[in-house]
Amino acid sequence: MAEIIKRNKALSVNPLKASQPVGGTLATLGFDRAMPMLHGSQGCTAFAKVFFVRHFREPIPLQTTAMDQSSSVMGADENVIEGIKAIAEKSNPSLIVVLTTGLAETQGADVHRNLREFREKYPEYNHVAVVMVNTPDFTGCVETGYAATVYEIIKALVPNATEVKTKPNNRPRQVNVLVSPTLTPGDIEALRDTIEQFNLRPVFVPDISNSLDGSLTEDDFSPVTIGGTPISELKTLGDATATLVIGASLQKAGDLLKEKTGVPTYQFAHLYGLQANDDLIITLANISGQPVPQRIERQRSQLQDAMLDTHFMLGQLRVAIAADPEQLNAFSHLLAGMGSEIVAAVTTTHTPVLANSPIKQIKIGDLEDLEILAKQNKAQLLIGNSHTVASAERLGIPILRAGFPLYDVIGGYQKTWVGYRGSRQTLFDLANLVINFAHEEIEVYHSIYSQKFDVAGHHACSPSCH
Amino acid sequence: MKSNKDIAELLDEPACEHNKKEKSGCAKPKPGSAAGGCAFDGAQIALLPIADVAHVVHGSIACAGSSWDNRGTRSSGSQLYQIGMTTDLTEQDVVMGRSEKRLFHSIKQAIDSYKPPAVFVYNTCIPALVGDDINAVCKSASELWNVPVIPIDCAGFYGTKNLGNRIAGDAMVNHVIGTREPEPLPQNADYKIHDVNLIGEYNIAGEFWQVLPLLDEMGLRILCTLSGDARFHEVQTMHRAEVNMMVCSKAMVNVARKLQKEYGTPWFEGSFYGITDTSQALRDFAKSLNDADLVERTEKIIAREEARIQAELEPWKARLKGKRVLLFTGGVKSWSVISALQDLGMIVVATGTNKSTEEDKARIRELMGEETLMISDGSPKALIKVVHDYKADILIAGGRNMYTALKAKIPFLDINQEREFGYEGYQGMLELVRQLALTLESPVWKAVRAPAPWKSKLSSALISDEMNLISEVNHG
Repeated sequence: MAEIIKRNKALSVNPLKASQPVGGTLATLGFDRAMPMLHGSQGCTAFAKVFFVRHFREPIPLQTTAMDQSSSVMGADENVIEGIKAIAEKSNPSLIVVLTTGLAETQGADVHRNLREFREKYPEYNHVAVVMVNTPDFTGCVETGYAATVYEIIKALVPNATEVKTKPNNRPRQVNVLVSPTLTPGDIEALRDTIEQFNLRPVFVPDISNSLDGSLTEDDFSPVTIGGTPISELKTLGDATATLVIGASLQKAGDLLKEKTGVPTYQFAHLYGLQANDDLIITLANISGQPVPQRIERQRSQLQDAMLDTHFMLGQLRVAIAADPEQLNAFSHLLAGMGSEIVAAVTTTHTPVLANSPIKQIKIGDLEDLEILAKQNKAQLLIGNSHTVASAERLGIPILRAGFPLYDVIGGYQKTWVGYRGSRQTLFDLANLVINFAHEEIEVYHSIYSQKFDVAGHHACSPSCH
Repeated sequence: MKSNKDIAELLDEPACEHNKKEKSGCAKPKPGSAAGGCAFDGAQIALLPIADVAHVVHGSIACAGSSWDNRGTRSSGSQLYQIGMTTDLTEQDVVMGRSEKRLFHSIKQAIDSYKPPAVFVYNTCIPALVGDDINAVCKSASELWNVPVIPIDCAGFYGTKNLGNRIAGDAMVNHVIGTREPEPLPQNADYKIHDVNLIGEYNIAGEFWQVLPLLDEMGLRILCTLSGDARFHEVQTMHRAEVNMMVCSKAMVNVARKLQKEYGTPWFEGSFYGITDTSQALRDFAKSLNDADLVERTEKIIAREEARIQAELEPWKARLKGKRVLLFTGGVKSWSVISALQDLGMIVVATGTNKSTEEDKARIRELMGEETLMISDGSPKALIKVVHDYKADILIAGGRNMYTALKAKIPFLDINQEREFGYEGYQGMLELVRQLALTLESPVWKAVRAPAPWKSKLSSALISDEMNLISEVNHG
């Protein structure tokens, strides 16, 4: 439905996009005792690290192959092999994920060969899982880098059912849940609660709610992630009774997992709003063979009530959104369901999910594009990351912060958007932003015959000049 | 792309004492166990505060996408530096060799949209590797559209942040400084006015505005601060200063040295952190300008300001006295902050030196004695160990280490360029003590260090006692 407008200018001004290696890093951080390593120059890692430190307000494990002048020109195979070795030796990780950058890809790096060479040279580290992912930053965005990484991890570390004799429903209560970067740690926690209410045991892949949720541990310091999906758990995915794939961007990864394990798979583009969550709840009821718990029915009716309460503010509201494709699609459905109109939509990359968004036009672009479109089409509210706060100020409209990065608020990473409850809160937040000024006040009129002497100079001048 | 020879020349800095000796920070980074930024990072940090310039990052999205809008620096006017601009190279650009063309059109677009007095083009890894000739692109863009377009060839793989600072300084000396004359000096009947520069002053959180009024009072006209709250036309006139002050580390010392070589401008090194150093910096200005009247007036200003701030600090000193500090920061800050903390009666138990020059280290020894512990291993694990071993009450370091400290439940103060508070000048000391006391005296430390009540031995003993009591009562 949506018409996609491609990038049509040379310079990107106030970029919305963050890079694929950033997305790959996030996916890796959702595994236990993991260490991502960017194959590029030191700055690639330093920038990505600061990006996440500011968003999560947590120390972020992230390493670099530290390409310099010579290795950039002459080849950096040694950097990859010795880099993996250094991490394996020093930090005792369960998983190392090597993510290529634009620099390494331009140079023509073959990291998959490097991994074979590493295994030959250092067999003593065979117990450490190592996964190589191609994530050049001259293509894609956070979402695609994250999806590619989940795909490669499944490819490398989830065994084929035929080889290890896993069988769907061997663990009748286990449900695998692949989660996209649109889900916050808060979202994953909420989703866990919901699934557990059906007496099912969710295994999240990856699980940043257990590694980037901001909690204090006994240890003062860990060089690798603490928490997240245990690597050993990946071997059990084939025994699960079902797989839920949350997020359109993970479709390919979900298909691969199904192909490898034969476990029935249910794909959800997002979990924003009534309809999407109804689909999830029906699925959970079917998988578990249990009726929908009363608490969830209650939450559903609470969301319905909130929809009624907020439709006065959100109906016909002209909204501008800047987000990665999957989240843009999710918001567009939530808002369309409330009668709002998306008048400016900017995203980072063209992916299949955009075609189904109830939006007339979607621009692949930057925040300059967003501001121009929002102004042209008189947007009344903006949804975007912390970078878009300045855009909202220039446009003079309120903002709902969502996406990556959120650095000017505390706890943005913990906000819950999904489920009936999360959706209800989102509607409240949106409505509260516009409750006082979405509708235009009628201008005061002073009669030329007025006897109201408390209005100073009302004959000479309109009230607006005081 | 810069040749190995170009890079070696930039690394060879005669005005820098560590030139004579291998420095730990210059050692080749080890894959898998390295930390810190790249040359592009350093160049961008050094020049981004020039507020009215269009800063165009020529590269793929990772360079600008995660780094724009990430500075604590403030401008008193133009906010153009806050607008992130990048060529955001695509796969097509790289494979088909279209990146130079995209850069050329990008420069045009930046000029058309924002009418900047100049465009800075930052070269990054991919275009350097594929061989984009950014010097040629900048030159022809400049000629065609009649706006200075300055190439800053700072691909990340050239080296460290520090090298990036040098590259940035070099670009200013080679392409910008000396291209315009300053306005004539205003006439002042009471005293002579002098032109000076500050090099390496970044106006973090606007902190330089706490010092500037004093320089005004002294009669110093700041031609340019490279680069906090600077404008392009100010950088152009830097060659006319009577003296240069190097404010932050030796990172851009090549600018001071080259200005001395080409224009004979003397320079001195100083800091505005702490009372002692601020006073010293003002004195050094007066002394190096050879103006007896200025020396006299400066002493009066110092006496007045010191008396004022000491009185205001008095109640705070009692609260901070004897507290033990582990300072982990690079360059000039490693010694300038020591003096600020010592002014407060605090004890600096150890300091980081991994970005410091030999001269910085000598100053540290001067301030703290020969025995002082200098830490070069900045890994989180090592830092936490030193905090525990030396019984430090607080870690003062860059924001990157903040969450390391907090996870280890150690009080922390951010001292680097991303911070939100200004500590410069006499007035900055008040903010510093307020922030120090805020974290040191916070009640949260006790709350987060104590185990849950059901986990501590003492309370479980209490609970079982209580249980006994209950059962005794029942028996009774």
